[in-house]
Amino acid sequence: MKPPRFAYHDPTTIEEVLDLLHLHGDEAKLLAGGQSLIPVLNMRLTSPKVLIDLGRIPMLAFIREEAGFLALGAMTRHALVERSALVAQRQPLLAEAIRQVGHPQIRNRGTIGGSLAHADPAAELPAVLLALGGSVVVQGRGAQREIAAADLFQGLFTTAIGPTELLTEVRVPVLPERTGWAFVELARRHGDFALAGVACTLTLAPDGQIAGCQLALTGVGAGPVQGSAAASSLVGKMPSATSFAEAAALVQAAVEPESDIHATAAYRRHLAGLLTERALAQALARVSRLEGGAAG
Amino acid sequence: MSMRPISLTVNGTTFTRTVEPRLLLSDFLRHELGLTGTHVGCEHGVCGACTVLLDGAPVRSCLAFAIQMDGATITTVEGLASDGELHPLQEAFQEKHGLQCGFCTPGILMTMLPWIAEHPNPTEAEIREALSGNLCRCTGYQKIVEAVQLAAGGGRGEG
Repeated sequence: MKPPRFAYHDPTTIEEVLDLLHLHGDEAKLLAGGQSLIPVLNMRLTSPKVLIDLGRIPMLAFIREEAGFLALGAMTRHALVERSALVAQRQPLLAEAIRQVGHPQIRNRGTIGGSLAHADPAAELPAVLLALGGSVVVQGRGAQREIAAADLFQGLFTTAIGPTELLTEVRVPVLPERTGWAFVELARRHGDFALAGVACTLTLAPDGQIAGCQLALTGVGAGPVQGSAAASSLVGKMPSATSFAEAAALVQAAVEPESDIHATAAYRRHLAGLLTERALAQALARVSRLEGGAAG
Repeated sequence: MSMRPISLTVNGTTFTRTVEPRLLLSDFLRHELGLTGTHVGCEHGVCGACTVLLDGAPVRSCLAFAIQMDGATITTVEGLASDGELHPLQEAFQEKHGLQCGFCTPGILMTMLPWIAEHPNPTEAEIREALSGNLCRCTGYQKIVEAVQLAAGGGRGEG
């Protein structure tokens, strides 16, 4: 349980990172918070020749509000997001989900960019980014591009980020008006990887009809799974246990979970539906409370 | 691979050592500094036995490299007692029998030390959630929860 040998670089600028990526290509791995990479190094499941540590680049850690979205630096640690008043106020779904990432000790080191770039199929943040229609900004030598969440996740531990590109910024739309939210997951123990999880938002029109719904799941596929059919089935309906149960059935039909030592595929599919219903009910309770608060 | 000098503060003392990049912080503390109070359990971030404070915040020392710690401030379990006097958190564990074999104890103490400062009078459920990243195979956690409860109620004001 000791990592293999590697050469270590800790550049202080993004340009240096890009130069190192060009120089070393596939032989290099980026080290963000290390909470996923160092375990696999310790178990020798991977043996990169070069590690490029991003921990000495202060300009990659920030949280700020821009026009309609929150911009978070890739090296912003989970604990900082968790404690951010701005995140709690402007995108409470992200705040709720991040508290369920790992344990406190993990969140003190782990980073939002690292979690997204790693694309673990049971991770919380990919589902949140997908549900909210967020994006990431990646920087290559002389070129920057924005990748929408729907294009970013390409399967098991796989993203659209190129081998010589660096994820620099995460963009998360702020929560719209009259919108409730919920991140609900089931894990064997608080902080463990979820057997299944659901990220959702629910927007009500002034007459109480559902005006919008965003749904994405984790733990039930090779990557985060969008519940598009379920979400659009709700639009125009009144929120009710029946309409939520119908949406949950659509989610169950759409997911293709795998069996592993933690849970069978059938149980994961069952959870996907159950957690969807719970998440929708919780989001509805929150939007109703917001509306009640606004009326009072 | 090329060795590199690092300088860091551990329990108030500054140390300078030359390290190989792949040396884990946990092994650095134990083998280079002789601070064997930090225990090594699973070495992949699950058990919590190796938890230390990095700039005041609990982290897994098996999931960080020593070479990353240049300029850092680390506190290990050896930094708790002073002049032979147990820290109030340690006293609470002694009084409530919050340990049996003691293997998980250093990690639990270093996890709960900043937590109780931020959470006066926590509920049992909050304590259990805060302990979720630390495995104990002896106690069934009951006595650990009681010890944390005692420390959080009575031991505030200590760093």
